[in-house]
Amino acid sequence: MAMLHIVNKSPFERVAFDSCLAHASAGDSILMIEDAVVGAVDGSSFSGKVKAAMSDKTVYVLGADLAARGLEGKAMDGIVSVDYAGFVDLTANNDTTQSWL
Amino acid sequence: MSTKNFLFVNRKAPYGTVYALEALEVVLISAAFEQNVSLAFIDDGVYQITKGQNSKATGMKNFSPTFRALGDYDITKLYVSIESLAERGLTVDDLMELTYEDADDDYAEKPSIILVNREEMAAMMTEQEVILSF
Repeated sequence: MAMLHIVNKSPFERVAFDSCLAHASAGDSILMIEDAVVGAVDGSSFSGKVKAAMSDKTVYVLGADLAARGLEGKAMDGIVSVDYAGFVDLTANNDTTQSWL
Repeated sequence: MSTKNFLFVNRKAPYGTVYALEALEVVLISAAFEQNVSLAFIDDGVYQITKGQNSKATGMKNFSPTFRALGDYDITKLYVSIESLAERGLTVDDLMELTYEDADDDYAEKPSIILVNREEMAAMMTEQEVILSF
């Protein structure tokens, strides 16, 4: 049963992203939206945790939110950028969705 | 009316919440009252002044160009935390080039961004009379 985890809080401000990573299972998908997209930037103090998660999970970022914050092109390799249609596809293609508010 | 040292502390990323936009509105209002205004960008607040922001696809207004206008309102001191940038994988090169024209120096264009470490940020805070946090 693959699950889509949606996280929308900055990992530098809240523990929601940490909790998400701690509870996501192998084969799950993690989608960063809104303020959580700052977690996609390479070379930050949080990037190691995202890289670790990518060993057995797929990590996505909503490209529109990344671009809004001037961070387009700064995401680490391996993170898949999706648009709003891709967001919908992710929710449709997973059995369940969990939002880490 | 007396002039006081005002500090606006920005600690949140833009767009995800309305804090950053609201802070900027209040900063502009304070400028109309001719106060001595400083801005601090700490923690996720540093994302507010990244360059190349493009919020078109989100349907939200990109308000980052407004920071470029602050110099015209004599708001020329934008203190940015070096540690906050580093923790986020950012450098000053990722920030907008914010400048002002110095009326006391033949209107020479000078940088508004002042990179400071935590110790320097703390020292700057002790010089303030009114501190508003967003």
